[in-house]
Amino acid sequence: MKRGNGFLAAGLALTGLLAALVLLGFFWTPCDPSAMAAGPKFAPPSLAHWMGTDNFGRDIFSRVLQGAGATASIALATLAIGAVGGCLAGALTGYFGGPVDEVLMRLNDALTAFPSILLALVVISLLGPGKKSNVILALGLVFIPSFARVSRTAFTSLRDVNYIQSARLMGAPGGRILALHMLPNTLAVLLPALTIGFNNAVLAEASMSFLGIGVTPPDASLGYMLSEAQGMLFAAPWYAAGTGLAIVLMVFSVGLLGEGLRRRDKGVL
Amino acid sequence: MSGELVLSLSHVYSGYSGGGGLFGRRQRQEVLHDVTFDVRQGEILGLVGESGTGKSTLARTILGMVKPGQGTVTNYTKRPQMIFQDPYSSLNPFYSVEWTLEEPLRVYGKYGKAERKRRVREMLERVELPEECLGAKPSELSGGQRQRVSIAAALIRRPKFLIADEPVSALDVTIQAQILDLLRSLRRELDLSYLFISHDLNVVYQLCDRVLVMKDGRIVEQGTVEEIFSHPKEDYTKQLLAAAE
Repeated sequence: MKRGNGFLAAGLALTGLLAALVLLGFFWTPCDPSAMAAGPKFAPPSLAHWMGTDNFGRDIFSRVLQGAGATASIALATLAIGAVGGCLAGALTGYFGGPVDEVLMRLNDALTAFPSILLALVVISLLGPGKKSNVILALGLVFIPSFARVSRTAFTSLRDVNYIQSARLMGAPGGRILALHMLPNTLAVLLPALTIGFNNAVLAEASMSFLGIGVTPPDASLGYMLSEAQGMLFAAPWYAAGTGLAIVLMVFSVGLLGEGLRRRDKGVL
Repeated sequence: MSGELVLSLSHVYSGYSGGGGLFGRRQRQEVLHDVTFDVRQGEILGLVGESGTGKSTLARTILGMVKPGQGTVTNYTKRPQMIFQDPYSSLNPFYSVEWTLEEPLRVYGKYGKAERKRRVREMLERVELPEECLGAKPSELSGGQRQRVSIAAALIRRPKFLIADEPVSALDVTIQAQILDLLRSLRRELDLSYLFISHDLNVVYQLCDRVLVMKDGRIVEQGTVEEIFSHPKEDYTKQLLAAAE
């Protein structure tokens, strides 16, 4: 089952490379990302400024590195809330079933009926806009239902499998069965779901910041930068291109990784 | 009939509740009807009948996985265990044989690590598996080996009563004979009693002391192997025997 697989190798390599770049961006960027006049205004891409400069002469590559860090950390934190909350809910309802399961799942259906951005907007307006932690919390909450659904299905399908019945017969407590006996066998489903969730979080954060309800200055995320770039699309097309490229690369490489994981584990569940 | 009681069922009706959803009324469908029998220390009780007659429901009711609608189920021994027909889904694919065998002892929580390892190795020897198997994942074992691991895992905490639900039906004939031999010798060594569920009358004849014949959730006939196989009283039993020849 663990044969070599191009998707997984390529996904790991690309994601690793990007992760290294993003980490680097936290400590070092070629220029100070917020320094005005690091170069001439509206300079096209060159050796000195790989992605050119913007209207203040700021180095776009440095800004992209920093923005990617902000976006990635928001996405990861979102994912942490959504995945942990969702998996916990899904595992408990999937394993124990009963009326709680019914009620939670119908609630879940209702939440799924709304577009996630709209829901996040509602949560943001309740929490107050403009703060990074609120963006994370809003998106994280919005991501819980989809993870709950995926993990519930995975846990339900394992509930009556013989080795789980054996675990119950030996007297293993419910928590132990969920965490030790079931969870590892749901990874084939959950890991690809995590990668898809990460990508959705990147895109959701980017859309929200683009619309001005996400990250606001002085923080800069890729989405916020994209909305900035829109204003100078003709004067500095490289701004939009560089920022967009960063988002696309991020989503693409994690998507590859997810596809690789899915292919590797196909047939396990 | 000698020996102490291991298990006793008295007028048990059991089945499943289904449908209804959140607000609807649940319908209860009884699968077992008025089932009464005992299992005594050291005996192998066979349970035969066509598929769909409720043999597995009976097993699940005895183990408490299904609540009986009426009647009483009394287990006189602690934590009866069960081995399953399908050797492919009865072991957790994520873990090594050693982990699987050690897990019941970890759950029990009374033994230190060294004692657990010792007991795992001792049980492995009893089910006649080589020590190399300890590091293997279930996917690396044959069907017969997996069934031996399942038996070892079920017996490692030394239960006195084991339910075997078609434990050899998925295996080929030579392996079947080996597993039956193993079950026989384990009964002697570990002072076990079995409820042996099978649709294969030949296997039941080889292994069991007494037989229950089940049809549509009712016990239609019970007796010693000689009585049932040589002098069946019920028509249904005669039909089963005729079909097995």
